[in-house]
Amino acid sequence: MAVKRAEARTGRVIHRKSIWMKAAQRWQLYLFLLIPVVYLIIFCYWPMAGVQIAFRKYKIRLGIWGSQWVGWYQFEKFFSSYYFGRVVGNTLRLSLYSLIVGFPLPVVFALQLNAMRAARGRKLVQTVTYMPHFISTVVMVGIINQMLNPTFGLFGKFYRMINGMGSTPPNLLLSSGAFPHIYVLSGIWQGLGWSTIIYTAALSAVDPSLHEAATIDGATRFQRILHVDFPTIVPTVSITLILRFGSIMGIGFDKTYLLQNNANLVTSEVIATFVYKQAFDSSNMDYSYASAIGLFNSVIGLFMLALMNQISRKVSESSLW
Amino acid sequence: MVTQTKANMKRLFGKGQLQATDIYLTRSDRIFHVINNIIVSLLFLIVLLPLINVLASSFSSASAVNSGKVLLWPVDFSVIGYEKVFVYPGVWRSYGNTVFYTVAGTAINVIVTLLAAYPLSRRDLPFKGFFMFLFTFTMMFGGGMIPTYLVMKQIGVINTVWAMLLPGALSVYNMIIARTFMQNIPMDLFEAAHLDGCSDARYFTMIALPLSGTMISVLTLYYAVGHWNAYFNAFLYLNNRDLMPLQIILREVLLSTQISADAIVDGDTAAALAGMSDLLKYSLIVVASAPILCLYPFLQKYFVKGVMIGSLKG
Repeated sequence: MAVKRAEARTGRVIHRKSIWMKAAQRWQLYLFLLIPVVYLIIFCYWPMAGVQIAFRKYKIRLGIWGSQWVGWYQFEKFFSSYYFGRVVGNTLRLSLYSLIVGFPLPVVFALQLNAMRAARGRKLVQTVTYMPHFISTVVMVGIINQMLNPTFGLFGKFYRMINGMGSTPPNLLLSSGAFPHIYVLSGIWQGLGWSTIIYTAALSAVDPSLHEAATIDGATRFQRILHVDFPTIVPTVSITLILRFGSIMGIGFDKTYLLQNNANLVTSEVIATFVYKQAFDSSNMDYSYASAIGLFNSVIGLFMLALMNQISRKVSESSLW
Repeated sequence: MVTQTKANMKRLFGKGQLQATDIYLTRSDRIFHVINNIIVSLLFLIVLLPLINVLASSFSSASAVNSGKVLLWPVDFSVIGYEKVFVYPGVWRSYGNTVFYTVAGTAINVIVTLLAAYPLSRRDLPFKGFFMFLFTFTMMFGGGMIPTYLVMKQIGVINTVWAMLLPGALSVYNMIIARTFMQNIPMDLFEAAHLDGCSDARYFTMIALPLSGTMISVLTLYYAVGHWNAYFNAFLYLNNRDLMPLQIILREVLLSTQISADAIVDGDTAAALAGMSDLLKYSLIVVASAPILCLYPFLQKYFVKGVMIGSLKG
């Protein structure tokens, strides 16, 4: 292509060009890439080179490259630590719980919205349920705190409504047993509507003639959901599920940290918050140890993603790469 | 098929017609629709009630809030909570900071994203595979919190406004959305422009950019919401109170049981805020979220479009 175009432009016959010649011709495009690539090098690849800090005993005075090499020491320290089971367990508990409860709900909700006859009603429900997606984590945790307040929160009010006006609601914010439920259910509250968009978009590809044919054959609306709507979105559902499995170690820092207090630490300390505390709490300040834990987390995450991608390629012939 | 899909899209996301199959209902269909509507309404209310409760509380009096009287309508209507929000030290300043970070940060984001997306959308870019790998690899693996922090320290952005603007200047995910969009610009346009001697840079400014309006609005919205809500970078990289964004101040107020005494130095302010801490929280939640939640219904179609462009495989 490029050769032909160049021929047309110059009127001369060009025989063969090396890829370097072609690249030189496209120099403007590389100029475009310059800033983004410099950004990547500084903010992504340079920190990646710093990952070796996990294999050293970091001393500020000596810097990353000068500190003593200790091999797997930091990792062994973590694996044999009292906190290893707790933080990995908590991370997995939260993400599996979110996955099992939070994954099917948007699929069902999207199918339900799709089946609604009132277009205005659907639009209203969509607009309102998308809204919480735009609330920041800090505000979200603030809302959770206000809602669960035993005295004046909505939770306190409903509790007294059910158990009598004289009863005292428990303070769920200080309960380690309640923490996973608070974390996961508030996440569903915030993400339910927004997560339906991708399925609603997939549902728009359903051929109406299939519905017509099914109706003529006597299928009820519910049967049409099961046999027409749902099969259409199965590929989207499976790829979304795979992505979710791939990020199973990725319980984020912000929300967990903000919901944390000393009373619920037994269930709320996850890998991300533990890493932060090992590095920046004044009593620890152990950069190498913290990085080792972080590296352990991202390697497992990468492995999970690759594994899930492989499975998806085999099962559904759709994959991320 | 494509026009059908488009018609369905309209039906599902607004301003569409009913399908013929939805008009004639059997008895079992009617029961289905009743049950379906009940479940959808319940979920709708579960999402809506906390939002209304926050709004109603923020317009009530402090005593009504503290005694737990407010449910879905303001009790002893007052705007005193809103008056007090801006008495709280740092709220005005941080609000301004957040507006600045959002505007400047989004501008940087969009420019850097387009700079990367355009060349990578060109099929004739030599070494394209290598560059794509360079970008996508960072989606899957990163240096992590501490190595990144040490780099930030080394290049000297800690405790400057750059800490809020530069890290995350490019989201590879958004870059792929932009690239996919640009790839769909008809090849004919490119061929024609090229034959007329249009350079690669000129093709970008004269053809690719003007045709990417929708995509640029989607990017702008995504990045802007991200900046408005960003918390972590400020938490990790800033400790100068004058630079703090709104989210940090919000955390200080919202997540403290009592308003922190060290933040309020003068006695007058402390007295003005006494007994108001919870009313203040409700008002602050509204003040912090209102700009996005009020704008969002008008921009909804762009957000939805973004999700759909993103779900296409590039």
